[in-house]
Amino acid sequence: MALAQTYKGDALTLEQGWHMPDRGTVGIAFLIVTESALFTIFVVAYLVYIGKSLNGPMPKDVLDLPIVATICLLSSSITVVFAEHALKKGHLGAFKLWWIATIALGLEFLTATGIEWHKLIYKDHLTIRTNLFGTTYYSLVGLHASHVIVGMVFLLLVMGVTFAGFPIQTQFRRVRFLSWYWHFVDAVWVVVFTVVYVVGR
Amino acid sequence: MALLQGLGAALPEHRVANIFKPLATPAQSEYHIALLVLAITGAIFVVVAGLIVYTIWRFRRRPGDDAKQEPPQVYGSNQIEVAWTVIPILIVFVLIGVSARVIASVQNASPPPQMLKVTLIGHQWWWEVRYPDYGIVTANEIHVPTASATYLELQSADVIHSFWVPQLAGKTDLIPNRTNYSWIDPREPGVYFGNCAEYCGTQHANMLLRVVAQAPEDFKRWAAEQQKPAAENAAFQSLSCVSCHTIKGTPAKGKFGPDLTHLMSRRTLAAGAIANTAENLRQWVKDPQAAKPGSLMPSLQLTDQELGQVVNYLESLQ
Amino acid sequence: MASIDYPLERPRPKEGEFSFSETLYRWVATVDHKRLGLMYIVTALLFLVIAGLMASVMRLQLAFPNNHVVGPETFNRLFTMHGTTMVFLVGMPFVAGLSNYLVPLMIGARDMAFPRLNAFGYWIFLFGGLLLYFSYIGGGGLSGHGSAPDVGWFAYAPLTSKAFSRGASTDFWILGILVAGIGSVASALNVIVTTICMRCPGMTLTRMPMFVWVMLIDSWLIIIALPPLTAAQVMLLIDRFLGGNFFNTQAGGSAVLWQHFFWIFGHPEVYILIFPAFAILSEVIPIFSRKPLFGRAAMVGAVVAIGFISLGVWAHHMFAVGMTSWSNTFFAASSMLVGIPTGIKIFNWTATMYGGKLRLDTPMLFCCAFLLQFLVAGLTGIMLAVSPFDWQLHDSYFVVGHFHFTLIGGLVFGLFAGMYYWFPKATGKLLCEKLGRWNFWLFVIGFETTFIPMHFLGILGMPRRIYTYAPDRGWDFWNLVSSLGVIAQAAAIALFIWNVIDSIRSGEKAGDDPWDGWTLEWATSSPPPEYNFEKLPVVRSSRPLWDLKHPHDPDWKFEQ
Ligand code: HEA
Ligand code: HEA
Ligand code: HEC
Ligand code: CUA
Ligand SMILES: [Cu+2]
Repeated sequence: MALAQTYKGDALTLEQGWHMPDRGTVGIAFLIVTESALFTIFVVAYLVYIGKSLNGPMPKDVLDLPIVATICLLSSSITVVFAEHALKKGHLGAFKLWWIATIALGLEFLTATGIEWHKLIYKDHLTIRTNLFGTTYYSLVGLHASHVIVGMVFLLLVMGVTFAGFPIQTQFRRVRFLSWYWHFVDAVWVVVFTVVYVVGR
Repeated sequence: MALLQGLGAALPEHRVANIFKPLATPAQSEYHIALLVLAITGAIFVVVAGLIVYTIWRFRRRPGDDAKQEPPQVYGSNQIEVAWTVIPILIVFVLIGVSARVIASVQNASPPPQMLKVTLIGHQWWWEVRYPDYGIVTANEIHVPTASATYLELQSADVIHSFWVPQLAGKTDLIPNRTNYSWIDPREPGVYFGNCAEYCGTQHANMLLRVVAQAPEDFKRWAAEQQKPAAENAAFQSLSCVSCHTIKGTPAKGKFGPDLTHLMSRRTLAAGAIANTAENLRQWVKDPQAAKPGSLMPSLQLTDQELGQVVNYLESLQ
Repeated sequence: MASIDYPLERPRPKEGEFSFSETLYRWVATVDHKRLGLMYIVTALLFLVIAGLMASVMRLQLAFPNNHVVGPETFNRLFTMHGTTMVFLVGMPFVAGLSNYLVPLMIGARDMAFPRLNAFGYWIFLFGGLLLYFSYIGGGGLSGHGSAPDVGWFAYAPLTSKAFSRGASTDFWILGILVAGIGSVASALNVIVTTICMRCPGMTLTRMPMFVWVMLIDSWLIIIALPPLTAAQVMLLIDRFLGGNFFNTQAGGSAVLWQHFFWIFGHPEVYILIFPAFAILSEVIPIFSRKPLFGRAAMVGAVVAIGFISLGVWAHHMFAVGMTSWSNTFFAASSMLVGIPTGIKIFNWTATMYGGKLRLDTPMLFCCAFLLQFLVAGLTGIMLAVSPFDWQLHDSYFVVGHFHFTLIGGLVFGLFAGMYYWFPKATGKLLCEKLGRWNFWLFVIGFETTFIPMHFLGILGMPRRIYTYAPDRGWDFWNLVSSLGVIAQAAAIALFIWNVIDSIRSGEKAGDDPWDGWTLEWATSSPPPEYNFEKLPVVRSSRPLWDLKHPHDPDWKFEQ
């Protein structure tokens, strides 16, 4: 390949000064873009059908603000950052602690969702087939919850291998991608919360 | 025969539904803007295609050209670039302007007080036509008077259909759980052909529609005929036909199929699938699936005797 | 940079030294972007033939009035499967195949950013396609109604609800396309990351080949336009399996909502399909005119503009649903605006040819035909965008004419240009030029004969998706002409397939650089080795090989 010779001395400086963005970073960024597009459509469907149900129960009758769960989920975004920082500095103990805190907060959120759904189904008799509210509510909240679950699985995986003695410091990049994903799931919750519990009620 | 004349049997038929031969105001407006758009796009085509063909012809490599010699390397030109951005922008703005005007004039036309109101309900695969002011229910043929506008309320009983009678008006969909509006004002008496224009399942192809435009007095006569109830018939009423079909003045009150009260006043059977002749009617009642496979009217396995009675009765429904 | 210090030459057995099962294994287990690219393209061609044969049966049925070749149900399945296949199993894998094969080569990379994701993308796409076709067997479902889906390629609600579509055929449509769509998104993500992160030294964004630029934007469109379809399909699944009410009009749901969601995907989708053709033309025309692409910056800008505007025009497919006059005006306006950047593209290609020395070989012939045919297609698109005119034209054969002009006259002609152009790179053999000319002229003649009459049929009031029509509607003649054209089209495609097979077996050796090219793929051997480049190239302009071949007059002296 004679191209390098065409540019003679320049080629060398070019090669040395050439830095491309990190693959994983860009990959995660665009994964989040396409996920956002997916959520947008569900949110739009929810907004379109607010108040269009022909029969009850209506949101204002059965929905309570999930304040505690929301606080848990949002603060798990903070703990995960602390964990990330601890890992970067090499404080494995602190990392484990913050990581477990993140998982606990995530679990609390999922449990709260579970309890809410149980109440809606068995006490208020709202299922996915009851009316438009039921359909859109379970779909949107369920889609978000399924993302929380996926995040949980990965969080648990990292915890598992860490406690099994795997040198997690070597995987700092991947841990950071996971934390970005977690932030994304959190940000989506802010939207879902606003749409379902604030605007939709 | 005189009666049939009144019902419009001798009206000219417009079978070839050419959108460029409009015979009502909405179609006319659409035709006029179409002409303008065709002229503009035609001119663009001539200029641009001319340019392309000229370039290919003029700069094709000819035998004897020096293969090694590369042509001058031109990378671009900002002036030219601006020119062929600005000119299309101007054209597009003209097009947007005229579109906006025609959209408003067709869609937002204010209904005149003397209008006739018709509710058109799409079914898989036939049209229910209701005249709320006259108490008439019929199917697959919309009778309207010339010289005044008819307003159509469009609804659907099942899936989406679309109202389209090319010489009278462009399409408007019939959508379940929603009401749309359209209007037509045919100028000349005649039978105008249309079809369902939104795919609606198996027999979408045979969901044909006719608009029968009549002189106002003929229309009045038709309406008076249609308002009359029909005679009862024991043989017919003993069959399951009544669970799907209505015949006014009799216990037949089914809603699933077309109203048959004045069946014989219609030109076709089964939404234009076949002509309304004695023989066809017999065949249809015997085995609807043969004439219109997939139709939602099942074959009822009538005995020959039942068939004869039913068809005789149906033929009396003038 | 670390990436440059890869081992240069790995010991590599010659292709002939493998047994059949080993060769098969090497293809099935491959993560090499070139093999995956070819697998995509071959699969797409296979589906093109299948869907083309379906179209031929439809044309046979429509050749005469009151014809009885197939019944209504079969016909409805045919056009549904034809349209769905052409869009999702022909167009989309061509996007993925071309970008997979060419993007790494053109940016001087050794592979895609995520090779295994790439393989995953292909196999899941193939699985989706097979799932769709499995409906012919499994579509009856437990209740025994139906076979292949018959709801049209845009599957309007509520025709797809359980009440109107019993059996499992619609479920196969949903799942097949949903799964294939995941493959497309995976492959598009990969292309984006590859172009952003894997360019060889000196390959700044401004120096990237136009092909790569267009594919980058295409992939961007894919990752934001496909999720709406996926979302809508998930909703439909919820309706069908869990009894949800998203599109249940009985429960107050809206039938129009599906249309919005579908076309928010569907309109960008048609540009996703045409962009590869744009990409190909932007490479082929300069090479065969011996001039650089005229107005590179404007060309990139135009594609970005098309991609951007196309996200806001979707409801021009819905002018008849009874939107307010404001919405109709808005969507008419935004649709027409797309004409401006598209015009820039057509003009710049023409200007590239202007003053050049046109070598009218087969790839270039296809490009010339593309320019004229796409011009017509675009202008009929403008007519459709004029909403009052569209009230007449909507869902008529005029629309069918319009989109076959864009999809065949545009996309397929572009793909043929590309296949004739890069075939020597992929195989080391040239395609036969004489057969190529026959292929070209037969296709042009067949194409025009089939699809020009459809515009007239639309004007004569013929609706689309009808399995038969009465003899007295004035449609007989043009339908017959249209059907006859298919014969020439089929011959052209058969000829192409023969040309490919014959040239692989006994074609003329191509050498590494048969067209005297300027982009990096021509700098490596034909076919390229697994690692693409022995030594990663370094570039200083958008035409590195021009610099190499013209040391006294290099591009980088003019470009910045
Ligand atoms: C590759 C695919 C492709 C492409 C590129 C296009 C391009 C365009 N399409 Fe097309 N279209 C389809 C594929 C495509 N379409 C399909 C598949 C359908 C039907 C789907 C279905 O119902 O099944 C469809 C349907 C469709 C409709 C709906 C019709 C209906 O159902 O009623 C409309 C309406 O506006 C439309 C408009 C346009 C416009 C304005 C463009 C523009 O992008 C065209 C722009 C190009 C030009 C204008 C020419 C070049 C420009 C110049 C020379 C500059 C000068 C020009 C001017 C100033 C105007 N298309
Ligand atoms: C890329 C997209 C694409 C392509 C290439 C085509 C190609 C063709 N299409 Fe298609 N078409 C669509 C996309 C496409 N179509 C879409 C999206 C729809 C809408 C569907 C819907 O309404 O839901 C549609 C609908 C559609 C209809 C309307 C159906 C209806 O509304 O009732 C018709 C009717 O004639 C038609 C015809 C054809 C024909 C004749 C070809 C021809 O060009 C095909 C030519 C190809 C062949 C004839 C193959 C022959 C090959 C061989 C013979 C080789 C055999 C040899 C060996 C195996 C060695 N198409
Ligand atoms: C299950 C419901 C059902 C039953 C039972 C039924 N029909 Fe029908 N009928 C229909 C439907 C639906 C149509 C419209 C068919 C079409 O156009 O696709 C129809 C159409 C017709 C038409 C043509 C009407 C027109 O205006 O074109 C006639 C006549 C008719 N039915 C007569 C009968 C007779 C007689 C019987 C009893 C022997 C009968 N039908 C039983 C549902 C039914
Ligand atoms: Cu009703 Cu098509
Ligand atoms: Cu579109």
